[in-house]
Amino acid sequence: MIPMLIFMFCAALAVAGAITLIWSREPIHSALALVLVMMSLAALYLLIGAPFISAVQVIVYAGAIMVLFVFVIMLLNFGLEERTKFSKLAIPGIILAFILMAEIGWRLAHSAGGRTAPLVEASTRDLSEMLFRQYLFPFEATSILILIAVLGALVLARKES
Amino acid sequence: MTGVIPISWYLVLSAVLFGLGVVAFVFKRNVITVFMSIELMLNAVNLAFVAFARAHNRLDGLVFVFFVIVVAAAEAAVGLAIVIMLAQNRQSLNVERVNLLKL
Repeated sequence: MIPMLIFMFCAALAVAGAITLIWSREPIHSALALVLVMMSLAALYLLIGAPFISAVQVIVYAGAIMVLFVFVIMLLNFGLEERTKFSKLAIPGIILAFILMAEIGWRLAHSAGGRTAPLVEASTRDLSEMLFRQYLFPFEATSILILIAVLGALVLARKES
Repeated sequence: MTGVIPISWYLVLSAVLFGLGVVAFVFKRNVITVFMSIELMLNAVNLAFVAFARAHNRLDGLVFVFFVIVVAAAEAAVGLAIVIMLAQNRQSLNVERVNLLKL
């Protein structure tokens, strides 16, 4: 019973954060709402038994990536988001988005049946063995990707002189 | 503690977050918040990956989540560099002002 209440609480926080992201006109409020979504997702990962992913979520997503976002927002400081005229197509758009949401949710929920997660947590040791044996090549490829991204970011953000 | 909650609850939450991410992507007018809605969609997909990996008691899904997070970090670095360049050239972050490729 208690895990279900924790799930409900974290899920409500995540959805509320996502709605705040859409609603707020201050980019910095949107960024903080996204941090709220990521932290509640980390709690949910802990609840489903994936402690390593939960830690990575907090450190990399909520820590590194969102700090980068907040940093850029504060560096540029363009203030409130401009609102444009409300398009007539927005209403059908929202309806279609909700239909998409309902359809994906329905299909996904049916594909899992009534399963629950196994009782033991996913062990970080097994995960690391899989990562460094079976997935060694993709792992190395992502390290090269990170290197290229760092170079690209440096080249793009450089002042033209 | 881990074996109580049905996996389908996680999948429904993932679908809801993905839908909200799509809505945010279409509705937001600021380049940075559009980027943030992409991150929201990636998070929703990660949640589905973890839920399926736990449902089948496999670790492959968790490895994929790890890779998705790494790629999201690289994407955020390059994307925000592009945003900074855009702000320097256009003095605005409104996506409607960035219409160079529009017919």
